[in-house]
Amino acid sequence: MSQNKMTIIASKGSLDMAYPPLILATTAAAMDFDVTIFFTFFGLDIIKKGYADKLKIAPIGNPAMPMPVPIPTLVGSLPGMEAIATAMMKSMFKKHGVATISQLLDLAKESGVKLIACQMTMDVMGVKQSDIIDGVEFGGAAMWMDSATDAKINLFI
Amino acid sequence: MSAEVKVDQILDCKGMSCPLPILKTKKAVESLTKGQVLKVLTTDPGSKNDMSSWAKRTGNEILNVEEGSGTFTFYIKKTS
Repeated sequence: MSQNKMTIIASKGSLDMAYPPLILATTAAAMDFDVTIFFTFFGLDIIKKGYADKLKIAPIGNPAMPMPVPIPTLVGSLPGMEAIATAMMKSMFKKHGVATISQLLDLAKESGVKLIACQMTMDVMGVKQSDIIDGVEFGGAAMWMDSATDAKINLFI
Repeated sequence: MSAEVKVDQILDCKGMSCPLPILKTKKAVESLTKGQVLKVLTTDPGSKNDMSSWAKRTGNEILNVEEGSGTFTFYIKKTS
């Protein structure tokens, strides 16, 4: 069987948006896909050393955010609300047996998912190669294009 | 099923959510030799369809699925 390929561009660094790329990447690898994730812009936070378990959820601008009691949108902008929303979401994930971001990253690496950090974003944001977790390659748009050209599935998240 | 299936390994994924049951099943199946059977227990209602999609794509065979009191039991034969 010729190997299927998938690439994902992970462009967001909030807790909720870190899940889909990693869930899909690990699952695709388990289904014998050759997988590449290209981390760019805020998505870079997912692979910064010590960041994986500190990603947060923005409680404002998200009408679907579940809250124990309905709160006016503006309350979400108050200091501390981000921490509350993040803690609440994490406890919901834990209760339902959802893996943490760092667990998924480990599983991705273990199953051979290729991780690429966007060098341009790193330069703009002052991120050094030593700030990025081990096992990540560094490159740019051409590197992603090369993988994407013969991939069956290419996602921008 | 009429005849009892000979199980070579049991994997308990009860309480785990997507995608962990699939990732752990993949790992367990890899540790088997062709023809051996893995029994997987899950409680994730999504795992029923997920497991069959996974098996289809990886060329492994689900011999049987049992459902009862919130638990799904899969018997997967390594065929690839």
